[in-house]
Amino acid sequence: MNRYLWPLIAVVALLIFLVMGLRHGDPRALPSPFIGKPAPQFELPTLKNPEVSIGTEHMAGNYALVNVWATWCVMCRAEHGFLLDLAKSGAIPIYGINWRDSRPEAIRWLYELGDPYLASAYDEDGRVGIDWGVYGAPETFLVDPEGTVIYKHLGPLDPAIWQREFVSRMNDGGAD
Amino acid sequence: MQRIFVLLVAAFLMSSAAAIDTDKRFDDPKLQARYEQLISEVRCLQCQNQSIKDSNVSLAADLRREIARMIEEGKTDEEIADFLVVRYGEFALYRPRSTGKTLVLWLAPFLLVLFGVFALARVVKHRMSLPIDDDSETKG
Repeated sequence: MNRYLWPLIAVVALLIFLVMGLRHGDPRALPSPFIGKPAPQFELPTLKNPEVSIGTEHMAGNYALVNVWATWCVMCRAEHGFLLDLAKSGAIPIYGINWRDSRPEAIRWLYELGDPYLASAYDEDGRVGIDWGVYGAPETFLVDPEGTVIYKHLGPLDPAIWQREFVSRMNDGGAD
Repeated sequence: MQRIFVLLVAAFLMSSAAAIDTDKRFDDPKLQARYEQLISEVRCLQCQNQSIKDSNVSLAADLRREIARMIEEGKTDEEIADFLVVRYGEFALYRPRSTGKTLVLWLAPFLLVLFGVFALARVVKHRMSLPIDDDSETKG
């Protein structure tokens, strides 16, 4: 009996690790090192008007979404309808970071599909994207009123993810 | 048939050659060597099993540019690694530093070897205590 006990325990332990690894979900989704830390500071020209700048301090005082998007990003198109609904509901201000994109194409995209953003920052060379640890659009950060990043979602948003991952993390439901 | 095979092999080799970053950034060969060493040890996060040296995706190009800029500014390797870890986490480095969560990864191989030696010693000791079977030896 004892002879088989230890190998059995070892195999069961390995199986548990295997199941844990498989249940981990999307292997591309890495934990963001920014969770619980202040949102990275930035100051960029807005997409629609290069004369006006937008930055982290404009978001303070409220829960805010920071959505990293680009016209070359297929999944950004998939979540765009939901972002428009969310903006219309007034649940939370949405800021965009237009990441490594062409300004005319990005402006046309917002004109054709609708603009859910209070403003989009135009990150032409991806410097701010790197500061935010962005590695695959769309990425959406939830920033609390004190300017702390409390959640990051990789991939397109939808109502279920919004309810499960974002609403539950906002104490007052987001509206001020 | 053989010609098709040769063509396939050639096409395969071409694709891998095109993927490598060949642009020279520094005139100083020492700095260039440091640059190449650094970018070969940073994971491309969009294509997780490549280094940013081997990848052509846009983020890899951005990170190469940032690393080149930091080398120009005289940052140390340690400072450049910190820059990446702060933004992308320990996962961005192919050689994670031996701290905290990664400690188990560094120690596990040594523990496994120790465990193996221990198990082997036990088996050998057990076998040595068995009576020698003369029959099987002569028949062997």
